[in-house]
Amino acid sequence: MKEGGRLAQGPGTVPLAGAARSLWDVYRAEFRTSVAVQMQYRAAQLIWLLGTVLGPVVYLAVWSAVAAASGGTVGGYDRHTFAAYYLTLMLVNQVTFTWIMYEFQGRIREGSFTPLILRPVHPIHGDVADNLAHKALTLAVLLPTAAALAVAFRPAFRGLPPLDALLLLPSLVLAFVLRFAVEWTLALAAFWTVRTSALNGLYEGVLLFLSGQVAPLPLLPQPLRALADVLPFRFMVAFPVSLAVGRPLPAAAVLGLSAQALWAAAAVAALLVVWRAAVRRYAAVGG
Amino acid sequence: MIEALRLFAAFVRVAVHREVAYRANLVAQTVQSVVGLGTALGGLAVVFAHTATLAGWPPSELVALVGVFQMVGGAIGFAIQPAMQRLMEEVRTGALDFTLLQPADSQVLVSVREVSVYRLTDVALGAALLGAALARLGARLGPGRIAAFTLALAAGGAVVYAVWLALATCAFWWVRVDNVLVIFETLYDAGRWPVSIYPGWLRGALTFLIPVALATSVPVEALTGALRGRTLALAAVVAAAALVLSRLLWRAGLRAYSGASG
Repeated sequence: MKEGGRLAQGPGTVPLAGAARSLWDVYRAEFRTSVAVQMQYRAAQLIWLLGTVLGPVVYLAVWSAVAAASGGTVGGYDRHTFAAYYLTLMLVNQVTFTWIMYEFQGRIREGSFTPLILRPVHPIHGDVADNLAHKALTLAVLLPTAAALAVAFRPAFRGLPPLDALLLLPSLVLAFVLRFAVEWTLALAAFWTVRTSALNGLYEGVLLFLSGQVAPLPLLPQPLRALADVLPFRFMVAFPVSLAVGRPLPAAAVLGLSAQALWAAAAVAALLVVWRAAVRRYAAVGG
Repeated sequence: MIEALRLFAAFVRVAVHREVAYRANLVAQTVQSVVGLGTALGGLAVVFAHTATLAGWPPSELVALVGVFQMVGGAIGFAIQPAMQRLMEEVRTGALDFTLLQPADSQVLVSVREVSVYRLTDVALGAALLGAALARLGARLGPGRIAAFTLALAAGGAVVYAVWLALATCAFWWVRVDNVLVIFETLYDAGRWPVSIYPGWLRGALTFLIPVALATSVPVEALTGALRGRTLALAAVVAAAALVLSRLLWRAGLRAYSGASG
């Protein structure tokens, strides 16, 4: 009722502080609902976590074997620095990953998206809150798992320079925003075709290589490495990881963070444009 | 067994008739299969840019492993996964009653009646890749190794089927277990690499708990001659035991189901 009333006044009459507060309320409510829903499926949450953990462990095992075969080090990494890289990557990936591209196909095909569009709040807020709820819940299991893996793989962390530590949090937030906006935008492809699984597979493959999950980016062969440098995918995972394991020089860190912010802004702009086109298309189909 | 194969062939025929109406799905699935294969081979390319062998495996053997991985994954997606997903769904909705009333053996029927035809693209691509890798290994392939490979692949396939059936049978008690299948899919991904590179606990899980390695690493080792006869015999015994155990579990599950729907 309250929402409807506000909508009737028109968005222009709501003062900025009020808008921010009501958005905060939306997030609080959505977050609480999501937590309650996800708590019913605790086992499912844990099973998802298995994939989050296993992926980096597999590549860590691969690169440890490569390092062992080449006399202990590959491109300056040994087993313990690989362990630091992949354990950090596991945590960063957990922060930034979304499952939205898989959810949208069903949403559009089964029509469950219609009521979400009719609400006065942009549907992306509910998705963000849902995403954060999953992560808040799984953190309680993920952190001990990471600690156990650290005992098993003995990662060698370098001391974190204060500047990198300072930049790590904003870079994680930007990585989350960038990845969420890109994947939400790509998920909107479901408005045009119901067969999005091929697109999803393609995106996942590209992300795997160019975000630093298959290998630390400096270890990629040349054409791939050049591609990774100019595309935004590395800012979704590899860049925050490299900040956390203390590799870049301060100038490079600040420069990287600026580039990351630009990509995030561009992604949000693209999202707004594609979203408008998608809704128009959906309305046309729904008649 | 003959009866089961006859039933399976009939269901595949029906599925083919149904699916040819959706040819765009074939295109989508082919794109997905090619992307999957590209990802696997790209990973190998990155790794072998830095080393000549991985845990003793040269590139051609790892390509063969990727081929087997893709083939077995395709076969699971073609025949096992759709049937088991339908089974779990029907336990939940109660539609399984209609299946149980039919005269064929219920385990056979639920195992063969649903196939996902287009996943055969994975089987075809994997087989082609395996063939290409074998051409490289060529001269050293005797009939003995081919026989060992076939036996190992059959044993691995039987174990994978038994594990899926056992996981799906859990639905009789816990109803919503579709996520349990995600466990298998997640762990199966690890089968793309030789199981010997993993730390002990993971190797154990992939060999005994969710025996992905039996269907991927072990058959390829049979081809390259790295497999000992004892391991092959053990795999055969494990396969037979898994089939018997999953059958017993299925019977117990059915008894639990009749109680619930009564």
